[in-house]
Amino acid sequence: MTGDRAENLQQSPAVPGVQTAARGGTLVELQNASKWYGNVVAVNDITMTIGPGLTGLLGPNGAGKSTLLHLMAGFLAPSRGEVLLGGTPTWRHIDVYRRLGLVPERDALYDFLTGEEFVYASAKLHKLRDPRAAARRAIELVDMAEPADRRIQTYSKGMRQRIKVAAAFVHDPQVLLLDEPFNGMDPRQRLHMMDLLHRLAAEGRTILFSSHILAEVERLSGIVQVIVSGRLAASGDYRHIRRLMTNRPHVFQLRSSDNRRLAAVLIGDPSVAGVELDDGALTVRAADFGEFTHVLPRLAKTHEIRLREVLNTDESLDSVFSYLVAQ
Amino acid sequence: MNGTIISITLRGLLGRRRALLLIPLPLVVIGVGLLARDSTQAEAVDILNGLGLSTVLPLTALILGTAVLGSEMEDGNLVHLLAKPISRAEILLSKLLVAVVATVFVGAVPILIAGILMTGSYSSIAQGFFVGALAGSVLYPAIFVALSAVTKRAVVFGLVYLLLWEGVLGTWLRGTRMLSVRHYLLQFADASSTSPFINADVSFATSVIMSAILLGLAVWFGTDRLRSYNMAHEAI
Repeated sequence: MTGDRAENLQQSPAVPGVQTAARGGTLVELQNASKWYGNVVAVNDITMTIGPGLTGLLGPNGAGKSTLLHLMAGFLAPSRGEVLLGGTPTWRHIDVYRRLGLVPERDALYDFLTGEEFVYASAKLHKLRDPRAAARRAIELVDMAEPADRRIQTYSKGMRQRIKVAAAFVHDPQVLLLDEPFNGMDPRQRLHMMDLLHRLAAEGRTILFSSHILAEVERLSGIVQVIVSGRLAASGDYRHIRRLMTNRPHVFQLRSSDNRRLAAVLIGDPSVAGVELDDGALTVRAADFGEFTHVLPRLAKTHEIRLREVLNTDESLDSVFSYLVAQ
Repeated sequence: MNGTIISITLRGLLGRRRALLLIPLPLVVIGVGLLARDSTQAEAVDILNGLGLSTVLPLTALILGTAVLGSEMEDGNLVHLLAKPISRAEILLSKLLVAVVATVFVGAVPILIAGILMTGSYSSIAQGFFVGALAGSVLYPAIFVALSAVTKRAVVFGLVYLLLWEGVLGTWLRGTRMLSVRHYLLQFADASSTSPFINADVSFATSVIMSAILLGLAVWFGTDRLRSYNMAHEAI
């Protein structure tokens, strides 16, 4: 792949992190970081810099996102390379937690505590000067003031996520790492969390969240790091990556009032790479997704062909990521 | 020591179903003490040693020692403590303190009560075994807390250690007694009692030195494992 591509893309809009770092922001840096377990390579020679602002870590399940976050959070030792937070290696350096907040994916909490007790305990463990006030501030930030005196075991998934964020944020860290923070949230809770992350990032913090859902990253983040099979497949501005994704060849299955004539019409268009006619179904390989979706209805209308079904057969994330890797 | 960690650990311990396992153990010791009220001093020593010091005390410590740290590692809660700028020794010692205090109440005090019941008063035998049990309430939890920091199967390995090393080998191979916690505890009981029926095979000096080494190693090793805590099992 892609090492070159990743580097090229990093030159462009991903650099705001680096620029703002000069103003005192905290950077998370991976330098040729790899992590393997026996013969299984979970993270493969990744070099990246995450700076202030909101960054999305995107990749299919099992791509190595959690491994990467655990490396950054100091809960995994890199097999090779370095993982630094503000210039300090994260592994076995507990001082990094003064500047770092972690929201783990795993839904493990002290269920027997109330939300307030949990966040307050976090504040005390950080030895904050006024832990009660810090806990209250963090709880209000995530909009959990009302249910804060209830036991965590009574919370919904979304509430549990928010109380985890409050506990991770209670010491006002410069860097916040969130592993799949939107899992299990309903749309309203997602919007609230997205808004919160935007606000925290706008204040100059380094916020990194992982997700396997394209739409989440699209709504949240201008900067994306795409991880596939443990490698950095692409890195940079979301729009750039989105363009790569939409311009890739797509396979469509069509049903129409006259498949044979539609095939003849489409094969002459430059946005189409090939057509197959089989048992009443028409399979079209579009060379340019964006262009093809504009051309198809126009050509059908011009030739008075009624489209009955247009099915994009490879819109799955895996195929998107595979394409990025192949690039 | 950290008050917040102690408080959370204690609440977690009391709230776990595993804590229910602790209820019958002290009851058995006290019950046997009641039933054996008419026993001779030699019989009382056999019961306090065989049932109390060698069986119920280490089992209690196993349940408590693995619960205070191992359970939190298993369910993933521990990461909320570890993602804080507090020394790993502080975390380990706080958790160990909870296990020690709980083992004293659930493991050592019933041995004292049984000793008093069987000998009719706060006798030298009861006192000796109580002192031995107090030492065991520190040593055994330290071993099992450290074991929890190393492996997710601390309960299994702990049981194997108790049965094979402390039980079978310690009984049949005299050479292993120098490396057996059970025999150090019996020595401490012997040293704290004037009773001629308590006979330890390991010298007092050896018991003190080996106990100190064991305790130091367990705390150092457990702390080091926490420092290197990794979430590998969750990541892949």
